Amino acid sequence: MKAAVIQFPGSNCDTDCEAALKSFPGVEASIVWHKETSLTGFDAIVLPGGFSYGDYLRCGSIARFSPIMGAVRDAANAGVLVIGICNGFQILCEAGLLPGTLQRNTGLLFRCEHRRLRVENTETPFTSVLHKGQVLDIPIAHGEGNYFADPETIRQIEENGQVLLRYCDASGNVTAEANPNGSLGNIAGICSHGRNVFGLMPHPERVCDPLLGGTDGRGIFQSMIESVQKA
Amino acid sequence: MSNPAITPELIAKHGLTPEEYQKVLDILGREPSFEELGVFSVMWSEHCSYKNSRPELRKFPTTGPSVLVKAGEENAGVIDIGDGWAVAFKIESHNHPSAVEPFQGAATGVGGIIRDIFTMGARPVFLMDSLRFGSIEGDSEQAKTNRRLFAGVVAGIAHYGNCIGLPTVAGEVYFDESYSGNPLVNAFCLGILRHEQIARGAAEGIGNPVFYVGAETGRDGLAGAAFASRELTEESKADRPAVQVGDPFREKLLLEACLELLATDAVAGIQDMGAAGLTCSTCETASRGGTGVEIDIQLVPQRAKGQTPYEVLLSESQERMLVIVKKGKEDIVKRIFEKWDLPYAEIGKVTDDGKMRVRNGNDVVVDIPARSLADDSPLYFREAAPFTPPAPLDLSSVSEADPSAVLPKLLSHPSIASKRWVWRQYDHMVRTGTAVLPGSDAAVFIVREAGKILAAATDCNAVYCRLDPTVGARIAVAECARNLACSGAVPLGVTDNLNFGNPHKPENFYQLRAAVEGISEGCRAFDVPVTGGNVSLYNESPAGAIDPTPTISMVGRIDDASQITTQAFKEAGDQVYLLGETGNELGGSHYLLAIHGRKEGAPPAMDFDKEKAIHAALLGVIRKGLVRSAHDCSEGGLAVAIAESTFGTNLGASIDFGATNDRPDVILFNETQGRIVLSTKAADASALEKELAASGVPFRKIGEVTAKAELSIKTGSGAYSWKVADLEQTFESTIPSLMEG
Repeated sequence: MKAAVIQFPGSNCDTDCEAALKSFPGVEASIVWHKETSLTGFDAIVLPGGFSYGDYLRCGSIARFSPIMGAVRDAANAGVLVIGICNGFQILCEAGLLPGTLQRNTGLLFRCEHRRLRVENTETPFTSVLHKGQVLDIPIAHGEGNYFADPETIRQIEENGQVLLRYCDASGNVTAEANPNGSLGNIAGICSHGRNVFGLMPHPERVCDPLLGGTDGRGIFQSMIESVQKA
Repeated sequence: MSNPAITPELIAKHGLTPEEYQKVLDILGREPSFEELGVFSVMWSEHCSYKNSRPELRKFPTTGPSVLVKAGEENAGVIDIGDGWAVAFKIESHNHPSAVEPFQGAATGVGGIIRDIFTMGARPVFLMDSLRFGSIEGDSEQAKTNRRLFAGVVAGIAHYGNCIGLPTVAGEVYFDESYSGNPLVNAFCLGILRHEQIARGAAEGIGNPVFYVGAETGRDGLAGAAFASRELTEESKADRPAVQVGDPFREKLLLEACLELLATDAVAGIQDMGAAGLTCSTCETASRGGTGVEIDIQLVPQRAKGQTPYEVLLSESQERMLVIVKKGKEDIVKRIFEKWDLPYAEIGKVTDDGKMRVRNGNDVVVDIPARSLADDSPLYFREAAPFTPPAPLDLSSVSEADPSAVLPKLLSHPSIASKRWVWRQYDHMVRTGTAVLPGSDAAVFIVREAGKILAAATDCNAVYCRLDPTVGARIAVAECARNLACSGAVPLGVTDNLNFGNPHKPENFYQLRAAVEGISEGCRAFDVPVTGGNVSLYNESPAGAIDPTPTISMVGRIDDASQITTQAFKEAGDQVYLLGETGNELGGSHYLLAIHGRKEGAPPAMDFDKEKAIHAALLGVIRKGLVRSAHDCSEGGLAVAIAESTFGTNLGASIDFGATNDRPDVILFNETQGRIVLSTKAADASALEKELAASGVPFRKIGEVTAKAELSIKTGSGAYSWKVADLEQTFESTIPSLMEG
């Protein structure tokens, strides 16, 4: 798999994503500056976390106008895998590549901590090596991760199986206590209707090394790699 | 707008004494301009010149085989860590700004220390902070103010650190009345670099162009360095314009652009604009280079129209750097700063006349010998009051409180209680190197690009320092080293932040002197250099001076990932040992403070030889793979240390001190130094005992880890037990419930 990690001004998980991807045998990953306009030749595109444009105006709302976003949109429409993590998820929502939006956490404070996530659908290129109902331990780090969409959109993404991850407790129960930010339906990550665009608030790249608190993030990248190999 | 005339009132308003003004006249041979008066005012403030503390700071050991850049030479010291890699690290205060505007005050404190590190050519990798506030308990107006300051400071640190993408991996927060109205905010940053990447803040090469890069200059933070060198008063709120406004996004761009620029060969010198802004950076680079620097104010990128030269020179607008570029390489600067969409401008050049000369178009507004300004600042040998060491605590005057009730009470004292509410607001995992999460004895961080494992801790028990500043400072160094040892690390270097009251008061000056001596003794004992730091004096509110707070941050190295050790117990059946002797030292303890309301007695003794032997023995058994957890005994003593070792584990512990006539409160809560609670696999117990016996340090088995999540302790005369869940609930809920109700 050849992956591009987009570097927006203010991205700060770009090198973390690059290192996590490179920890998989055979994966090539390179940082692509946001003023570039082409993404040809890449099998996967990563929009990393951070504070693109300082989160000014609204998280992700300025980054969506970056020159590279035309190429990201074209790639998404052509079926290339696009994953947006944290700020990357916010950018994908602002760009209209994923439905809904991410609001301020209900507690109003930034939260950085390990959270449990339940895998809801494994029939996607981002979750294929996981098991339905599997509980992952992946950290979050955000002030605005409160997923919101209108009732009709929520109904559609639920019916279409686009909700891939939900905040849950250690036993996999989706409860109000397990919800760190007020997200509707405890939603932590969703994919596009076509299944090839995935946005999630938790940071899988932070749990790809046992020395750094776990390896539960690897399944998501492994799924992407296998999906690219099959294609 | 015409400048005001130089009157005695104007001179006094600039914080210069008549004697200092005479020195200005002697240096210039004429009356200064208004701009020059401002330049002398900030450059000769304590914050920039250390005029009251320099003679004391010379006592620090600052050299050693690993020291690549010494304290005071540059923006931060640099220490070799092997294989061609080095670390640059430093701690710096932003106390006064945080007292009047906690969010921006703390945020820009973080921004400032990060710039100090990347100015050295280092890539910043992690942050820590050391915070002090007045009591946050109760409904008094003062408590409400303290809660507002606490919340604002934490939010400010989170805002800046999270946005720029640096993990805040460790720190400390204490609450004590002495900090009401004068909180302490000390921010630490560490960066990594190759030896050959060390950048210098000198204006080298006559004729080289001087570039201004980064954010435009505005009117914020006008003469902040001078503001920071006064006591806080009721009127200090009017100084809010002296507090800078931070933009971490701009700093992220500036950081990346500067590191990209430093990777080219275009840079002859680089200096951040921190305290005293453009003034300090031009004068210091010229002074270090033995050259002169001439700049034109009209070429400086400015945020607002109509700013006077005085304002531009003294502004402390954030996220700005001065870069001396090699002649002919100007295009490289242009290309990189345009890529990052950052303002830049060529504002002057390096000259051969040794002058800091500032033009406003055709007018010369400042013309001062740079070296005199930077190096000939006044120097004061202040008077230190005589000090009588405190009498040891008379134990018979302390009524024996019931340990069953005391332990939960200590665990819910805000200074001891969990700081999760704080560090949960900090992104402590970005840059994917945090191997030990906040809350253990020391932060452990894996620096991917260098293949090195670093540990860092920050400590200062100011109650001890109040009672006996020398001993308190010794303990601060020893505790840092002990925290590093508990994580499996050997110390490499120290940076210190000396927070004290007004040095004109002899009792305050004694505290400063004694603390420097205590730190120096500690650093010599552990054979670590002081690589730099910061002095913050005038920490006084109308109620008086703060408790003396010489904050110590220590950085260490762990040789192998298998040696990373944490405080949490690991498995039922593991055997629990106590290293070190338990003495009879309740003086200055949190037990005495929190339960009996007394801040008195002599603090615990610090015997460096014993302390070092304990650390060496601990590291020895860690390296042999015989240690599953290690935790030092600090505030709250042994009982708190054992309780903390059970938290987050679903395990308990059964502890028995055997037959003893000592009072249970003394055994459980005294704060004798040099003690470590460790656990080992039952199968390794005899090997561990053999190793420890061979090292000659005192140790004893005190119990074992249990599957039942209960803490039970026998002390000879008493037996106590607590549900771990209850203790943990108390420990975790204290600060959230005070802050969120």
